[in-house]
Amino acid sequence: MNNIKVFLNGLIKENPTFVLLLGMCPTLGTTSSAFNGMSMGLATMAVLVFSNFIIALIKNLIPDMVRIPSYIVVIASLVTILQMLIKAYAPAVDASLGLFIPLIVVNCIILGRAEAFAAKNGAIPSIFDGLGIGLGFTWALTLLGACREILGTGKVFGLTLFPEQYGALLFVLAPGAFIVLGYLIAIFNKLKKA
Amino acid sequence: MKKLESTLPNMVIVLTSIAVIAGLALGYVNSVTAGPIEQIKAQQLSDGIKAVLNADEVKVEAPDTLESGAVLYRTDKGVAVQATDPNGFGGKLTVLVGFDNEGTIQGYQILETSETPGLGAKADQWFQKGQKGDIIGMSPVRNNMTVSKDGGEVDAITASTITSRAFLRCVNSAYEALNTQKEDAQTGATVQHNEEKEVTNE
Amino acid sequence: MAFILIFITAIFVNNIVLSQFLGICPFLGVSKKVETALGMGAAVAFVLTIATLVTYLIQLYVLNVFHLEYLQTIAFILVIAALVQMVEIVLKKVSPALYQALGVFLPLITTNCCILGVAILVGNGTYDAAGMEPGLISGVWFALCSALGFALALIVFAAIREQLARMDVPKGMQGMAIALVVAGLLSMAFMGFSGVNNGLAKLFE
Repeated sequence: MNNIKVFLNGLIKENPTFVLLLGMCPTLGTTSSAFNGMSMGLATMAVLVFSNFIIALIKNLIPDMVRIPSYIVVIASLVTILQMLIKAYAPAVDASLGLFIPLIVVNCIILGRAEAFAAKNGAIPSIFDGLGIGLGFTWALTLLGACREILGTGKVFGLTLFPEQYGALLFVLAPGAFIVLGYLIAIFNKLKKA
Repeated sequence: MKKLESTLPNMVIVLTSIAVIAGLALGYVNSVTAGPIEQIKAQQLSDGIKAVLNADEVKVEAPDTLESGAVLYRTDKGVAVQATDPNGFGGKLTVLVGFDNEGTIQGYQILETSETPGLGAKADQWFQKGQKGDIIGMSPVRNNMTVSKDGGEVDAITASTITSRAFLRCVNSAYEALNTQKEDAQTGATVQHNEEKEVTNE
Repeated sequence: MAFILIFITAIFVNNIVLSQFLGICPFLGVSKKVETALGMGAAVAFVLTIATLVTYLIQLYVLNVFHLEYLQTIAFILVIAALVQMVEIVLKKVSPALYQALGVFLPLITTNCCILGVAILVGNGTYDAAGMEPGLISGVWFALCSALGFALALIVFAAIREQLARMDVPKGMQGMAIALVVAGLLSMAFMGFSGVNNGLAKLFE
């Protein structure tokens, strides 16, 4: 029961994108389409689940003073492994996410959850926390990507909603990322209050 | 279990062992994925060559890299040339162009672009056969391959002249690379031919 | 001439924050006051230049030589973390005044993705070197210019946000929402520079 609560917490109440405003670089940089946003979210979630799990397991073996460097090594290794796997088995994803895959290392969500949750809880709840926060991040990125893609090109996940020439290309470009996210946060705040 | 104390030996041992374990794990995954990564690269290249030469099956000889950075893949159906232009919209643009033996363009493929998605990315389609900026069947010898704004024969992508210019510069430099290579090849082609490793693509 | 081109391109055309989306966290986090923005900008410029220099040498003389390219991410992030610590200690000893000004921002820099991002771009030689051969000098110059671009974006944004704090913003849009929309407008303004680098390249030829 408790694990489910931990899981749901990340989806809405502590949503990393809309509430905690963490991990903004990939949020803005990889959401030019819904698919890219989703790939980035899932990649981050994979790293987050494993890093939470491993850190929860070995937390007692790590002296406090070298805590942060140890966590960074664990996270960086997981990211590198993920990067190699993506290169080998999903080259299209590698091509569209590019530099942002190694940059998962410095995504503050991952180190933040290691500090705030995995270092204080057991391995199983940590996995659920990773899943919850990861999915919260994924749906936020997918939504942002979908909004930008629809407004910009009239398509989403390969589905055409209206002809491309009526789209405002601006939303696919850099400024659109900031503006759409700003309005989504405003809407999210409004809905949360209601 | 009690938390380990922050004494110097403890810290050193823990950090070192974490680093060693991480290094070993990475080395292992690297050895597993190195093969597939190479395969994918080779596969993409041979698919690209086949696509730009309009052939189902090609024999590719060992590639030549020129001083200009262009790479030539000579095949039995023509030559595929990879050329790069540094001044696309927001970065490099790399194109693979297929020429038949007369220097006529058979096809092209964008290999690398940092273009704005949705804008420059249209170059993927724009210059293909039957599209507005069709360049297939043209040849840099016979045709003036610049955008119409610059007095050439090719229609630029709507609202994307920078990309179109960079693209056509790639095509022209690919043709140049093909020509410089031809002169060398004529002198020593027969001798060289036997020594070159031949790769057959299914 | 290529140096001028890299300078203009890195700061205005491909601004690291507003068009490359690197270093967004500090861009949104420490941009409430111009003063703190200045401090952060200076700290990033300082660390980014040194970090790029060190990581490039490691890439060239360790990773490439021993074929350990796959350890790039892990090696770079550790070097950056260690470097930030070292800069902190050295600054404290050598220039307490500078430490006072930058000290608070230094720990934040380790997880600033523009440092790792630029280090990787330069290490792989995939940055826009404006026709120059990617190498140590152009790489470090590119890093410095990127950092200046970061500082410029941060300071301009902070100045706008200071004004914004006095505005009557609709309730739902207050805080981060309106800040993001403003960042979008700023990014749009920087888009006006696109293509300037190509024009300059032609001029210099």
